[in-house]
Amino acid sequence: MPPTVEPSPADAAALAAVSAVVNAAETSAPYRADVADLFSDYSFGRAWDEMFASPGVTRPAYDAVIKAVQALDADELKARADSLARSFLDRGVTFDVGGVESPFPTDLIPRIIEAAEWDVVSRGVSQRVKALEAFLADVYGDRRVVEDGVVPQRVLITSKYFERHAYGIEPANGVRIHVAGIDLIRDEQGKFRVLEDNVRIPSGVSYVLENRRATMQVLPELFSGVRARTVSDYPAKLLQALRKAAPRGISDPTIVLLTPGAYNAAYFEHTLLARTMGVELVEGRDLVCSNNTVRMRTTSGERRVDVIYRRVDDAFLDPVHFIPTSVLGCPGLLTAARAGNVTIANAVGNGVADDKLLYTYVPDLVRYYLNEEPLIDNVDTFRLEEPAHLAEVLDRLDELVLKPVDGSGGKGIVIGPQASKDELDELRTKVLEDPRGWIAQQVVHLSTVPTVIGDKIAPRHVDLRPFAVSDGDDVWVLPGGLTRVALPEGSLVVNSSQGGGSKDTLVLDKVRFAGDNDLTAEEPPPVEEVDTDGDGSIPAAALPAQLNMRSPDPGPLAAQDQQQQQQ
Amino acid sequence: MLSRIAESLFWIGRYIERADDTARILDIYLQQILEDASVEDGACRSLFEVMGRDVPADGGPVGTREVLGQLAYDRQSSSSITGALAAARVNARSARDSVSSEMWEALNLTYLDLSEQRRRAERVGPHRFFQWVRERTSLANGVADATMSRDDSWLFLDLGRSIERVDMTARLITTRVAGGATGPTWTTLLRACGANEAYLRTYRGRVSDRTAAEFLLLDRLFPRSMFFALSRAEDRISMLDRGEEGRVGTEDAARRLLGRARTGLEFRGVDEMLSDLPGYLESIQSACADATTAIGTRYFPHAVIQWVGKGA
Repeated sequence: MPPTVEPSPADAAALAAVSAVVNAAETSAPYRADVADLFSDYSFGRAWDEMFASPGVTRPAYDAVIKAVQALDADELKARADSLARSFLDRGVTFDVGGVESPFPTDLIPRIIEAAEWDVVSRGVSQRVKALEAFLADVYGDRRVVEDGVVPQRVLITSKYFERHAYGIEPANGVRIHVAGIDLIRDEQGKFRVLEDNVRIPSGVSYVLENRRATMQVLPELFSGVRARTVSDYPAKLLQALRKAAPRGISDPTIVLLTPGAYNAAYFEHTLLARTMGVELVEGRDLVCSNNTVRMRTTSGERRVDVIYRRVDDAFLDPVHFIPTSVLGCPGLLTAARAGNVTIANAVGNGVADDKLLYTYVPDLVRYYLNEEPLIDNVDTFRLEEPAHLAEVLDRLDELVLKPVDGSGGKGIVIGPQASKDELDELRTKVLEDPRGWIAQQVVHLSTVPTVIGDKIAPRHVDLRPFAVSDGDDVWVLPGGLTRVALPEGSLVVNSSQGGGSKDTLVLDKVRFAGDNDLTAEEPPPVEEVDTDGDGSIPAAALPAQLNMRSPDPGPLAAQDQQQQQQ
Repeated sequence: MLSRIAESLFWIGRYIERADDTARILDIYLQQILEDASVEDGACRSLFEVMGRDVPADGGPVGTREVLGQLAYDRQSSSSITGALAAARVNARSARDSVSSEMWEALNLTYLDLSEQRRRAERVGPHRFFQWVRERTSLANGVADATMSRDDSWLFLDLGRSIERVDMTARLITTRVAGGATGPTWTTLLRACGANEAYLRTYRGRVSDRTAAEFLLLDRLFPRSMFFALSRAEDRISMLDRGEEGRVGTEDAARRLLGRARTGLEFRGVDEMLSDLPGYLESIQSACADATTAIGTRYFPHAVIQWVGKGA
C-alpha cells in the first residue's frame, strides 16, 4: 500500500463526487481517488449489477478486477482498450456487415462468474440440451410427445424450420445437436434465465477464444490474481464430438468444416475452428456428391468426406431439396446423409427445437424426457395462440417485448416501452394476422457489468451464450461462453449487428490461491487430457524429475574474449 | 489438399513476389529519373512497356505521377504493388485455414497499413514506400519460411513465388534492353536485385557488363538469378509430381515447359544469349505463362456445375 497522503484539491473534488460510494464500502477493497474517478459515472438502475452489490460494495467475485483496474489511470485505461481493439483488427478478428469487415468490439474488463453459480448454469444448459436432443429424436421419430399431449401437433408442423427432409436421416451416434448455444440472461434478482435456444448453427465461440487471448495480453495483472477455467479446450472437444459422430464403421473419419465463404459474417470463426481442429475448410464448390458419397476436390484427386460440420443454413445446404439456386451447398448431400455415408452436423431440421414458440414448452420437455425439474427457468412468456393470452398481450403491448418466433440476431423484436405509437399499431396488426408467428415476454432488465466507455467505466447490459458440445456420451459446456454487451447506454439489445460488443467471461475455479482466506481449499480438479485416440499422451513418468540442460553454446567470440582478458 | 486452397497459395506466392520485384524495378527507375529529369517521358514509357501495361493514352507526356498511380498505388489492378498486396491478402483470407496465422497477420497488417504508407510516401518520396514494401514482403516470406510445413501447401506457395521471380527478373533485365543508352546500367540492375555485393565478391576484378549479365541470368548460387529461380520452380513442380518418372521424358506439361526453359539457359553461353537478349527474355516469359496454365489445368480444375435447379 502506498502511504496515505492528503488528497490534492482536484482529487478531493473527485473524492467528494464519490463519497457516497467510498463511505458505503464495507468490503476491504480500498479506493484510490483516481480509481473512484473512473467509476464516477457509474449509475445504478433496476438491473442487477454483477460487480456492485450496492453503491460502493463490490461482490467478492470482482475483487481481482477492482485490484487490476485500481492500478490504471484514465489514460492507461484508454491505451489498453485501444491496444485491444487494434489487436483484433490486425489478426482479422472481424465480422462482416454488408460486405465490410468490421472488428467485433471487445471490452477490456472481463465478466466474472463464481464457481458455484457456474455449476448451476453448466448443469442447467446441459440438461436443456439433453431434453432438446430427446425431443428432436422424438419429433423425427415416433412423436410420443404429441401422443402424450405435451406439445400439440400443430406447434410442430407449423414451425418454419420443421423439415420433412430430416425424416429417415438417422444420426450414427444419436446426436443431432452437436453444438448448442443457449442464450441466458440474469434478471433483476440476479437469477439466470433462458432467453432462447440455438441448436441450428450457433456462432460466437471464436470470440470466446479470441477474447481470452487478447484480454490476457492487455490485462495480465488481472489473470495473476484469479484462477480462471480455461476455454482453450473447445476445438479439441468439438473435434472429438465430430469424430464420434462419424458414420458407422469409420474409425478415422475425414472431417470438413463447410463455410458459405469469405463474405459470411462468421467467416473468421470458421477459419479459426478449422485451423484449431486441423480440418479442411471447404466451400460448397469444393464438394462433389456421387453414388451417395461426398468427396472433396483436392490436388491429388477426389477424397471421401465422412463428417461435415456445416455452418451453412439448412435452406442452402442442398439445392436438390431446398433452395434450388443455392451454390453454397452441394447437390446430393442430404441423400448421402440419408444413406448413412456422411454425417451432417448439426443435423438438418433442428430448427424445430429452437422455434420461439416451442421454447415455451421446453421446461415441460425437461420434465417429460428427463424426469427432472428444469435447473434454469425460462423468461415468463405468453403463447399468443391462446385467446386469453392474446387478449392480455394486446392490452399490454406497450409493457411487453414481442419477438417473431423464427427471428434471430435481434431482428423484428419490438420492446414495448421503447416503441412509438405507430410501431405498436403496426405490431398489433401483425400479431392479429399471425398469432403463431409471435411470442410476448415481460421486459427483463438484463444484468449490468462495468464496461469501458471512453475513459470512464459505466454499467452496460449483458447476456451470456454458453456453448455446449455433445459427443453422444456426454454434453460438455465450455466454461464461460460469450458475454455480449449492449454498448449504447440503457440499450437492452446485445446483438453484434445492432451495436453490441463482447467481453471475456471468466469462470472462477473452485480452488483459489492460498492467499484467499474465505474459501476452503479443495483438491484441484485433475487436468483433463483431451486425447481423441486415447493413447497419445505422454505419461509423466517418462520425463526425468530434474532436467540437466546445457547452457546455450556461447560461440567462439566469447571464448576469445576470455583469452584476451587472461593475457 | 483442396484445389481451391492450392490455387490461392500459388497466387499468394506470386503476388508477394510481384509486389517485391515491382517495388525494386520502380525504385531504380525513379532514381534514374531523379538523376536526369530529361529522360522522364522516355523512361516512363519504357517502364509501362516492360511491365506489360498500356501507356496512358492521352497523348501528353508520361511521368512519375502516372507510373506511381498505375504501377504502385492502383488498388484495382493486381499488377500494381498495392493491388498485388491486396490480392495476396484476399487469397490468404480465403485460404485462411492453410496459411499460418503469423503469415496471415503479416499480410493483413501490410494491407491495413497501405493507405498510411502511401500518404507518407507522398510527403517523403516514393523510395520510402518501396523500402517498406520490400521489408513487408521479406517479412511475409520469412514468416512463411519459419511457420509453414514443407508439405504441398508450401510447394504451391514457393512454386508461385519462383515462377513470378523468373518472370519479374526477365522484366527487370528487359529494362536494360529497352532503355538503350538512357536505360539503367547493369550495375543498377544488380543493385535492384540486392545482388551487387554478391556479384562483386564473385567476380572481383572482372567487372563488366558481360559478367554482370552472366550473374543475373546464369548464376547457380544467387537466389534472384533467373537460372536459380527457374531451377527452383522446376524442382517444386517435380516434387508436387511425386517424382513419378516414366521411362521416357515426363508427363507433366508444366515440368516440360520449365525444364526446357532452364536447359535453354543452362547450356547456352552468355555471349550467345546477349546476341538476342530480347528474344530470349520473351521466350522465358511465355514459358512462365504456359507453365501457369498447365499447372492450373492439372491442379486447380474448376468446379463444373453439375446440377442446376429449376428455380433459376
